Formats: sequence, structure tokens, C-alpha cells
Amino acid sequence: MMGPSEAAEQDRSEAAPAFIELLGISKHFGGVRALTNVDFTIRSGEVHCLAGENGCGKSTLIKILAGVHAPDNGQIVIDGHAHTHLSPAASQRAGIQIIYQDLSLFPNLSVGENIMFRHHVEKSVRPVNERKMMIHARDVMSRLGIELPTAETVGRLPIADRQLVAICRALAAEARLVVMDEPTASLTHHEIDALLETVGVLKSHGIATVFVSHKLEEVMRIAERVTVLRDGQRVGTYPASEIDRHRLSELMTGHKYTAALKPAFAGDANPILEVHGLSRRGQYEGVDLVVRPGEILGITGRLGSGRTELALTLFGMNPPDAGEIRIRGKRVRLRTNREAVRAGIGYVSEDRLSLGLVMPQSIADNIVVSVLNKLTGVLGLIDGGRRSELVDRWIGELHVRTKSAERPVRELSGGNQQRVVLAKWLATAPAILILDSPTVGVDVGAKEGIYQIVDTLAARGIAIILISDEVEEVLHQSHRILVMLGGRITASFDPAKVSEKELREVISA
Amino acid sequence: MLSQLRAAWRRHDVQIGSIVVIMAAFFSALSPAFLTLSNLGDLLENYSVMAIMAAGLLVVLISGGIDISFEAIAAVSQFFVAIILVKFGGNWFTAFGLAGLFGALLGIVNALLIYYLGAISVIVTISTMTFYFSILMFMTQGRSIYDLPSWFTSDMSWLSIPFPVMVAAVALLVTLVLLSRSPVGRQIYGLGGNPEAAKRMGCNILGLQCLAYGYSGFMAAIGGIVQAHRVEEVVPYALIGRELDVLAAVVLGGASLSGGIGTVSGTVLGILLLAVLQNGLTLLGVSSYAFGVVTGAVILVSVTATAYASKRQQRRGVRDAV
Repeated sequence: MMGPSEAAEQDRSEAAPAFIELLGISKHFGGVRALTNVDFTIRSGEVHCLAGENGCGKSTLIKILAGVHAPDNGQIVIDGHAHTHLSPAASQRAGIQIIYQDLSLFPNLSVGENIMFRHHVEKSVRPVNERKMMIHARDVMSRLGIELPTAETVGRLPIADRQLVAICRALAAEARLVVMDEPTASLTHHEIDALLETVGVLKSHGIATVFVSHKLEEVMRIAERVTVLRDGQRVGTYPASEIDRHRLSELMTGHKYTAALKPAFAGDANPILEVHGLSRRGQYEGVDLVVRPGEILGITGRLGSGRTELALTLFGMNPPDAGEIRIRGKRVRLRTNREAVRAGIGYVSEDRLSLGLVMPQSIADNIVVSVLNKLTGVLGLIDGGRRSELVDRWIGELHVRTKSAERPVRELSGGNQQRVVLAKWLATAPAILILDSPTVGVDVGAKEGIYQIVDTLAARGIAIILISDEVEEVLHQSHRILVMLGGRITASFDPAKVSEKELREVISA
Repeated sequence: MLSQLRAAWRRHDVQIGSIVVIMAAFFSALSPAFLTLSNLGDLLENYSVMAIMAAGLLVVLISGGIDISFEAIAAVSQFFVAIILVKFGGNWFTAFGLAGLFGALLGIVNALLIYYLGAISVIVTISTMTFYFSILMFMTQGRSIYDLPSWFTSDMSWLSIPFPVMVAAVALLVTLVLLSRSPVGRQIYGLGGNPEAAKRMGCNILGLQCLAYGYSGFMAAIGGIVQAHRVEEVVPYALIGRELDVLAAVVLGGASLSGGIGTVSGTVLGILLLAVLQNGLTLLGVSSYAFGVVTGAVILVSVTATAYASKRQQRRGVRDAV
């Protein structure tokens, strides 16, 4: 690993004017040190990635840039002028614009008004001239080479277009630095391409971009430098050309991961789940698949390939038009998710935060919610003893890190929340578990933890269907891989006999 | 042409407007008394107080809050001004000025409580409603004021437009300008649409909330004065219990209870819808109990239709995204 001093040297070796320099920044909240002596330099017009696991101090650093937090120590040098801290207004005056993950747009207002909203705040006595506002908005969009209907309500736009509106709004505020927090999280590959193109235009206007992300694969294509934070300290700043995914996760976590393939599946050969000719109009067609107890079947494909729709069908929430599903050789009809649960199928959703868990409720309540009818004692009331027995067992087995099972799930980290979701389904003792994009939004270290859980489950004889659009994930975590494209299963692979590159090509064929 | 028509039909005010026209046609066919100048004049005058108060409430709804206390504010301001007018005399300028100031202050109390306590507006304004109204009942012991000055109670009109209708027209016009042409009005839409974003854009949230609730209190008090002028007396409990009618009219007019959406034109149509319905049913001799049933049903249907449309749109949006 490259040491901080070496990295600093590289900073100096490339000559380009620094726009903002954060020097020796430290910040603590109560007893927690969020940042320790961090240096971070942003040059004019550069594309810079700020990477690190959740809790590494990324957001604190951004909030110091935005003027939300004042650092305890250190300097913020903008255009050669040193400040001890920034106010939100001073930060915006300096041309710093933050695009938060939620985009902070007004869904009820038009595209044009969203772009020009700052005028309402700054010139709050001048009457609003709708026509002029729209002309200004169009001007801003044309500078970015974007065309969106100015009169359309933002709430009706797809996410990718909303993101462009947010960038236009930053540009309208005369941004010199645009910070994007997790900008690619909810975009398709195609939309990410469009976003990166827009960032290229920003660059050509001399506007710097900082990407804050832990999913950097796409962003790395356009980034020039990467700064990695870990535990509130800067690991280093590197030219993007020297960094690949593996190196990045090493830098972010401090651990070396060996990407080994799963050994060939050697379990029970009798399938637990068989699907023949399953179709649903407009979603998927003629799907055949087989899973055996203890086997991990990876299904990959792009967003819209029908993978999630298929998963929902297997969970009884999206009835098929044709075809059959057999469990242990017996034909079953899954018309509701309750029937699916009864048939021994569990489903962990992609959107774990909104669909998988009830955030304000306790860990224990979340774990037992789908097995309440199995915990009843006298008079059909919940038996507290059996409840806590079940809860303790799963918290222990899955290593959910918490002080008490009665704490709200909301307080847990992403990785621990994911474990609670798994616990919830394991409590139902499923024979088949469908995991839909289980590691979306989870950082590198926690990902590894989830993979271990998946392996443990499979080792217990649970058949697992792992759905993911991360090629690397299905390649390393599955015994077999199916590729979906346009609603059909177009290919089936043994992970040992296919390379990541080949797999990628088949997916986007 | 067809697509333009279809696009127009999707607009809430066009839908409500069409229903108003169809209902008016229906009632004029059944009752010759409906489509007469004097009936329509009465209709407008009867609903002018509601329109004034609705204008104020609309601003609060757009800001993402709700105000249940405005009728209580109107009642208190009405009484406060009536006492001063009876004791010291005055003119329309002092009547409206004092009432507006007093109403705005009581409204701002709502805003301060909501902002500083971080409490939900519906809870805060229900509490202040009870509080304001109870103080009024306690102070007056439920007694009414009948000896209002004659200049205050005598009928006035301009170009044969009754005074209450004129005040309502001005109130709606001012609200229209505030909401669509003033930067603060646009900020109120922003606040209702996404409070977090409004904060990040540097909007003065406290200021905007004071404006919204203060405006609602102001309009309620003005409405209270106009109501006292029409009935020629001040009865402390006359206005209480009509909050939900006004709210229903504004919501019928397309304002969203979750904030950020609503227009003055829609509000006018919402009130017209209720007005035509009630007036028509009265002319047909339908009992006032049945009227309540019909009004309730109309509101239910309208709200259901709006919710259904937005749900369908959402689904369409999801499909577009995939």
C-alpha cells in the first residue's frame, strides 16, 4: 500500500491550480473522532473521487466544505485565501454546490423553476417573471447540452433527469465545484453514461466535480484522482489510473481480499425448486430453472431484464400467465406471498430499507414479524419466552451487533440491518431463499459479512437464488449463473468456466 | 387538438369546472329559479366569507401545513373589533386594519409554536383553536353584540356588486398575486413540496411559516368582519364548526393536504362547486340533512378520484423508469 507521504508527493508533482485545499482538518463529535488531520485538495476543473466505507468521515468532510460543520482544527484555503471554517452562505459564495443523494429538488415545481429557485430566495422582492425564468433555465441547460421540458413538473421526471435538473441548478448558482453524493446509486448503466457525459461538460467549463461514493466502478472511468478515507484519516490520494476495484477495496477496508470462486456444488442432486416454461406477458418468457438444496444459483441481468419480476413471481406476488413451479417435485401455485412463505420460500428485497424492515420498530419485533403465529401460547397471545429465545438465537448466529434486541432497527448500520432482514426470513425456516440485490448500498466490509451469511445459509441446506447486477458478485458467490436478457434466460454458466469479461458481454449483448 | 383536449382534461381545475357547469345546467333545468340574476348574486354573497377564509387556508395548505384554528381566530378578532367599534367608533379602515392585525398576530402564534416546538400543525392549530375560542367564551360568557354602528351594518354595493363579494374578489386577487408572482409565494410552494430542500436552498423557514399562518389568520379575521357586517351582529359561536367546510372546498379545488400543490382558481371552483350544490338542492326543496350527505359524497368521490389518478400516474412513472 502507498503511504500518505508518497501520495502527497504525487499531489505536488502534477501542476494544476488548486481551487480548494483542506489542510489538517480534524473534527470530533462528542467523544467520537470523525476526522483526524485530513488533507484534501481539489483542483479547478478536475474530477475527483472521495471514497471510503460508511462512517469513514466522507460525509463529515463534505459537510465541512458545505459550511454545515466547522472543523476543530485545520484550514480551508480557497483560491489562496485561508479560512478557519465556512458558513453555508460563504461556501455557496465560493461556488461550492452539494448535490445530496436525495437531490433536494421540489417535486411539485417545474424544471425551470427548480433550476432558478435560488432567484426566489436571493431576490425576494422582485416579482416573478415566469417567461424570463424559463429562458434563463433553458440557457443553463444549453450550457450543459441538456434538453428537458422546462414546464414539466419535476416529480414526473425519471430519476436520471431529476439528477440533471439538480446539476443545472448547481450550475445556475455559478458553481465552481459540484459535489455529488452517491450519484449513481439509483441509475441504470445507460443513465450513468449520460451523467458522466454531463460531468465532462462541467469539466470543460472549468468546474470541478467530487464524487462521493462507495460504488466507484463507473465513476472511475472519468475520475482523475481518488482520495481514500478510512476511520477518519486520509489513506492517500492516487491517480485514478493506478487504482482498480480490488486495490480500492483494499485501501478502503485495510484488508486484502482474495477473490476465490466457490468450489463446485457437491450437495443433494435432487432439485428442491423446478420451474418450467414460466411466462408473464411483458415481463419474462419461457423461464426454466432448477435449484438444489444448499446450492446458490446466481441470476444476473440488467435492470428491466425481468429478474426482479421473476423473483416476485417465485414469491407469489406476481402470478405467472403460463408455466409451472414445482417444489420437491410437487406442483404448487403461488398466488400470494403468504402461500409462498407457507411453501417454504423466503424473499429479501432489493429495497431493504423500505420494504424489508420496519425501521422504528425493535430488532426483535422485526425478526419475529413473519412467524408471530408460531409463537402463540395461551389464548393465542404471544409467548414472550419463545419470542426472546428465537430472537436471541438469530442475533447470536448472525452476529447482529447491538446492545439490546429491543433497540430500533433504524439505529443499526446497513450491514447489521441486512442481517436482521436475513434473521427475519430464517426464522420462517425457509427451504428456498431469494436474495434480490442483497448488497446494494452496503459498503465493502459489510458485503463480505453478507457473503459469509449466504454461505452459512447454503451450508445449512437452504437453496439460494441470488439476484444481482454486480457481475463480480454473482461470479464469486454462486455455484451456477443464469443470465437474463429481455425477459429470457439467455445463458447458463459454470463460474469456473467463464471470465468476468465474457459474463459482462453476455449481460449487455 | 385531441391531445390538447386530453391534456386539458387532466388538469384538476378543468375537471372541477366542468362538474360545476354540468351541475349548474342540471339545476337550471330542474328549477327556473336557479339561473336568475338575484339567485346567483345571493349565491356569491353567501359564499364570499368562505372564499375569503379559503384564500388564507390555501396558503397554509400549500406551505405543507394545515390550519384548523382560523374560524376561532375570526371569531376572536370579530369580537375584539366589535367592542372597539362600539366603544370608540371607527370606520371600515380601522375595522379591517385592526381585525387583520389581530388575526395575523394570532396566526403567527401558530407559526411560532409549530416552528419552535417542531409540532405537527394539525395538533397545534386544534389546540390553539380550543384555546382561543374558550378564552372568547369565557370573556363574553357567550353573550352577543347587537349594537353595532349603523355604518358597519348597512348594505353597500358598487356597480350592483355586493360589498362582501368585492372583498372576496380582492382577497382572492391578492392571494393570486402572492402565490404566483411573488418570490416568497414561490418559496412557500417550495417549502410545501420539499421542506428539507427549502432549508438547504437557504429559505427562511420561520419567516415563510409566519407569513403562511399569519396570512391565514389575517384573511380569517377579514372574513369575520365581513360576516359580522352581513348578519349585523357578533355571536361568539357563529363561526365555529365551519372549519371543515372551508377545508373541504379548498381540497375539492385541488389543494394537496401534503403540501406544495394548490391554486387560487381551483379554490374558487371548489367553493363554487359546494355553493351550486347547496343552492340547487335548497331550490329543489331537498332537506338540509340530505345536503350534508350529498356534500360528503361529492368530497369523497373527488378526493378518491384525485388519489387514484396520482397512483396511476406513479405506476406509469415506474414503468417509464424501467
